[in-house]
Amino acid sequence: MEKKTYTISVYSENNVGLLNRISAIFLKRHINLESFSTSESEIPNVFRFVIVINITPDKVHKIVQQIEKQIDVIKAYYHTDEETIFQENALYKVKSSFLFEERQIQNIIKASHATIVTVSPEFFVIEKTGFREETEQLRKDLSPFGLLQFVRSGRISVTKAKMGISEILNTFKNNN
Amino acid sequence: MKNHKNQKNQKSPNDSITISGAEAVIRCLLAEEANLVYGYPGGAIMPIYDELYKYKDQLHHVLTRHEQGATHAAQGFARTSGKVGVALATSGPGATNLVTGIADAQIDSTPMICITGQVASHLLGSDAFQETDIIGISTPVTKWNYQITKASEIPEIMAKAFYIARSGRPGPVLIDITKDAQFEMFDFNYVKCTGIRSYWPNPPLNTNHLEEALQLINEAKKPFIVWGQGVILGQAEQEFKAFVEKSGIPAAWTILGLSALPTDHPLNRGMVGMHGNYAPNLLTNECDLLIAIGMRFDDRVTGDLNTYAKQAKVLHLELDPAEVNKNVKADVALITNCKISLKALTKRISKNTFPKWLKRFDALDVIENEKVIKGDLFPIKPGITMGESIAMINKYTKGDAVIVTDVGQHQMVACRYAKFNQSKSNVTSGGLGTMGFALPAAIGAKMGAPIREVVAVIGDGGYQMTIQELGTIFQQQVAVKIVILNNDFLGMVRQWQQLFFDKRYASTEMTNPDFVTIAKGYHIEAERVEKREDLDQAVGRMIASEKPFFLEICVEKENNVFPMIPTGASVSDIRLE
Repeated sequence: MEKKTYTISVYSENNVGLLNRISAIFLKRHINLESFSTSESEIPNVFRFVIVINITPDKVHKIVQQIEKQIDVIKAYYHTDEETIFQENALYKVKSSFLFEERQIQNIIKASHATIVTVSPEFFVIEKTGFREETEQLRKDLSPFGLLQFVRSGRISVTKAKMGISEILNTFKNNN
Repeated sequence: MKNHKNQKNQKSPNDSITISGAEAVIRCLLAEEANLVYGYPGGAIMPIYDELYKYKDQLHHVLTRHEQGATHAAQGFARTSGKVGVALATSGPGATNLVTGIADAQIDSTPMICITGQVASHLLGSDAFQETDIIGISTPVTKWNYQITKASEIPEIMAKAFYIARSGRPGPVLIDITKDAQFEMFDFNYVKCTGIRSYWPNPPLNTNHLEEALQLINEAKKPFIVWGQGVILGQAEQEFKAFVEKSGIPAAWTILGLSALPTDHPLNRGMVGMHGNYAPNLLTNECDLLIAIGMRFDDRVTGDLNTYAKQAKVLHLELDPAEVNKNVKADVALITNCKISLKALTKRISKNTFPKWLKRFDALDVIENEKVIKGDLFPIKPGITMGESIAMINKYTKGDAVIVTDVGQHQMVACRYAKFNQSKSNVTSGGLGTMGFALPAAIGAKMGAPIREVVAVIGDGGYQMTIQELGTIFQQQVAVKIVILNNDFLGMVRQWQQLFFDKRYASTEMTNPDFVTIAKGYHIEAERVEKREDLDQAVGRMIASEKPFFLEICVEKENNVFPMIPTGASVSDIRLE
């Protein structure tokens, strides 16, 4: 079976050690993660992990089953790129002198729809939100001028389909 | 602590009282009817041991000789009693010594709670004396774990621990408690946990899938059941027997499913897997419907998955959704306790028999009997075989004993030949294959089923991994019967070396001590049998004894266990010699 990029969304309690428990599932199977991010979700006190992996369809299903089996995980889903809206965020730190000496930089920023977050006498910071190819292209374009620092966030994504976590939590409340 | 609001606890009428965290731990154990614990004291768990001293009339603590022994004893207790086993240990090495037992309990779904002491919370992360990250270490091998740093967390966490360990697919839970939390005074009030919002241990039966399952069963001409420990853990023995008898379907067991159906039941067709019986292994690849009940298609059961039951439809009755379609694709799966699904199926099926199909089993049984069993049970060579040793135990226990086995040749032979009349009678390390399991597990097994005869059958290798637990047996006077099948070899590894490594016996030959003298050193009655003519009476004396008893049986050194499916081979390639 052919490998594909999948976004795994995990809704969980916010408990110490759960991150370790989830990463152990990948470690045990010798699977490398493309990206990993975590934040609060739309529901109070419920956290959301967004994990991106490149894997075959049968394996992603098994992994999600293992994740969902963890006591503190409320529900886990997996989706293809077509089924999600996703973005990454990147920051680029460049010497300020280039901004004035190399006119080209201004064109690059303009063309990439990136924004300048801050400017100081020594450096300025550019921010770009978009797909991997877009943040990557900007990195390539800026590297000839000497990037002082570059960092890219993990993927964040929302799904086109409904997740139904509140319904699950309400069912528990009503049954107990 | 946010999560604890999301667990449902029973209402308690009791007013709270002010006690220490350590005393709270004891009271939690008593509230959960855990009045027997195994463990080993040390610095970071001393406050809890101090309370054990005060509560010794209500809570019996068994001092094992190593923390690993405490976990295996707790496992043995859980397996025969059906209750949660409890093990205590201190921080650092005490905690790390638990890991093998925890991993064993995780893979064999044994309900167990391990409580470890931890350095005081202000020392966490400072590499303090006997500090180890047992939460990090135990994460991959526990169903759940939690570190308590405040006494006030103890009641809710302990309640949750018991609920998680015993509900759904059972498993081990580790609770790590810092020493300051053990000393801290707080207002204690215990309420049992009855639900956790992120955990659904009892999925209901899907009625649509039930209809599909019934159709598969009704259409099958050559159906075949393979059952596992899920039948025992789900307390579904009655429902399982009723299903087998009404459906008339031949059934075979995985090593952990053994004893759920009496060995002499006409539809019990033996063991599947690497050293299982000839007929059930071969006919796995001939049946038209494979009904898997409370089992997880372990590789030791299936051999090569690409050639496993490809001709058959698969109906999987399993509680854990993660086990469905993991190794073998199910055409229909009933994801619920098999006690529920079996009852629903039995109600709807009509009484049936498969005389022609059963004859296939009979015919293959004849071949196995001729090529393997005869030689094992009625040997012509002078050396005693493991098979006849087990048969001799059967003669005296009549199938009523709990048989505890270790790992290796003796384990396979004992499981193949031991007779069982009732469930929860076979205690062995299946998934993890932990040598050293049997001796401490037998202690727990006997304490979990005190009125039953408990016979531990162990190899000379595994025995020496936890031999120090003879001290526990002596101190507690646990009336277990210990049988060592001594071939002076790590027999199973030697067998593989013979078959697959051109007889290069690398580090498998053992120069053994005088086991009888060692047992006698612990004041345990002990005998050695070297000749066939002495076997009968020695086993008789052992079973007649009401005290702990050690029996070393010197068996043929280089016998092999057959049938055998070589690793990675198909069940169809099962070898008889």
